Amino acid sequence: MKKSLLMRALGAPWRFILRALWDIQSYTRLGARAVANVFTPPIYLRETILQMDRIGIGSLTIVVLTGFFTGAVMAIQSEGALRRYGAVGMTGQLVALTIIRELGPVLSALMLAGRIGAGIASELGSMVVSEQISAMRALGTDPTRRLVTPRVLAMVVMLPLLTVVCDSVGMLGGWLIASYKLLISSSQYWSDAMNAMAFSDVVGTLVKPVVFGLIIATTGCYIGLRTSGGTEGVGKSTTQAVVSSSILVIAADFFLNNILIYLAPLMNR
Amino acid sequence: MVGNRDCGEGDMGEPMIEFRGVHKSFGDEVILRDVSFRVDRGDAIVILGASGSGKSTILKLILGLIGPEEGEILVGGRDIAPLSERELVEVRRGIGMVFQEGALFDSLSVRENVGYRLFEEDAVDEAEIEKAVRRELGFVGLEDAIDKMPAQLSGGMKRRVGIARALIGSPPVVLYDEPTAGLDPVTKRTILELMIRLRDLEGVTSVFVTHDLHAASVMAGERAVADGGGGVRFLSGGDGAGAARNRFVMLQNGGICFEGDYPGLMRSTDPYVRKFVS
Ligand SMILES: Nc1ncnc2c1ncn2[C@@H]1O[C@H](COP(=O)(O)OP(=O)(O)OP(=O)(O)O)[C@@H](O)[C@H]1O
Ligand SMILES: [Mg+2]
Repeated sequence: MKKSLLMRALGAPWRFILRALWDIQSYTRLGARAVANVFTPPIYLRETILQMDRIGIGSLTIVVLTGFFTGAVMAIQSEGALRRYGAVGMTGQLVALTIIRELGPVLSALMLAGRIGAGIASELGSMVVSEQISAMRALGTDPTRRLVTPRVLAMVVMLPLLTVVCDSVGMLGGWLIASYKLLISSSQYWSDAMNAMAFSDVVGTLVKPVVFGLIIATTGCYIGLRTSGGTEGVGKSTTQAVVSSSILVIAADFFLNNILIYLAPLMNR
Repeated sequence: MVGNRDCGEGDMGEPMIEFRGVHKSFGDEVILRDVSFRVDRGDAIVILGASGSGKSTILKLILGLIGPEEGEILVGGRDIAPLSERELVEVRRGIGMVFQEGALFDSLSVRENVGYRLFEEDAVDEAEIEKAVRRELGFVGLEDAIDKMPAQLSGGMKRRVGIARALIGSPPVVLYDEPTAGLDPVTKRTILELMIRLRDLEGVTSVFVTHDLHAASVMAGERAVADGGGGVRFLSGGDGAGAARNRFVMLQNGGICFEGDYPGLMRSTDPYVRKFVS
């Protein structure tokens, strides 16, 4: 009530800013609670494993396809760029660096923002509008603990694994093009690729998806649990979850890149 | 185990649920203004009112699912309005709630839905839960549905599973939100007898939200007595013992326009009440 009075007294732009701040605060609080729950019982292990299966096994196909074609495309594109410098032989290096540093983590995350982010938001959204969340609270269960924490945990564990799969299949796609179209020998492609990679790249390709997974799961849960307005509201939440988590992933990628570049010299010593 | 029901005579007259000057609004819309009433331990209250008058809102306030803007809501003598979600868990443990639309968990089977409360308390062992689930489902006539998923049930069956889920663990307070809406007469009778039995023989404090005047009159006019042989008989008519422990509250325009017993409701001269009961 106090909030709405304050809202009414202020002008539209201030109201917008205030609401955004409010959203950020409650979003952060939800994320913090979800993570904190991991360290205290009870932990819903069965639900967590179920979610891991859905996210991990369920998303394998799209991640493999995305990785394969992206790797292949990178190899094709590199030809034009590298031929000018007479460096087509370095295709392996180019594919490895772009896939492992950037495209593997980001594309996997974006695919999962669509598949899993939408799924989480619509599932939790329907639970809100059919009063299942209320019933859960009435029966003495904390929905954050039972629904949010398992999804966050599953996402944070599975996305790095999926990213590694995406990276590997991407390298494979690049290799296929390199050896059959660009006629680069396999040993050159692979040794070139391995030599290009630094320790910081391996760290990056594993750290990024942890952060992205956290973002996708918490955003989907937050927007899903905030649903109102019946089935129409569920549709809106679903769309909003995909859009918000995709943008947040790309923004986070920007900041993570800056941090990783700053830390790279320390890691690669 | 969840709180034990006790119906020792000494407890009578002690308020179990009490509203003191409760205000509640959603956005600009005021739903309840200055609502006060009380239900004593082991008593029943029927909340009547038109669609949208705030009946379900009252039940959600009792559970602390939503908070009031003003006023006190006492459950077992304790104001629950300022409690945190964590502190509310303790209060909710003693309350069973039958949701208007059932609110069954889609992803869980009927067994897991009904046994939810017990599954959550790891202490209870599986065989015991199974027995309790079958017993509660037996009360609502749905023992055969134990392995089904909610999507496979009809609307009335869902509501009955919702009742079984609310009653498991014997909570001393049960809130019923339109438990008989859309049921056939035979099933409706079964549910009403269950509610009357819980009130009269197990000392359950009941809040019964409905706009079905017939169901309300059955609840007020009948009384359950144990017949010695382990069975239960339902007495109705003149002795009025049921009515004495069954109060009525009627909502209109966010306030209470009638409060009293069943004969009083029938005799009321309030124009809105007259329109509702005739
Ligand atoms: N979460 C909510 N947000 C906004 N308005 C709400 C919300 N819940 C209820 N309302 C409004 O509060 C009023 C009372 O709702 P409530 O569900 O308590 O009615 P009711 O008496 O149970 O009606 P019915 O007999 O149809 O179930 C309605 O006008 C409804 O629009
Ligand atoms: Mg209602």
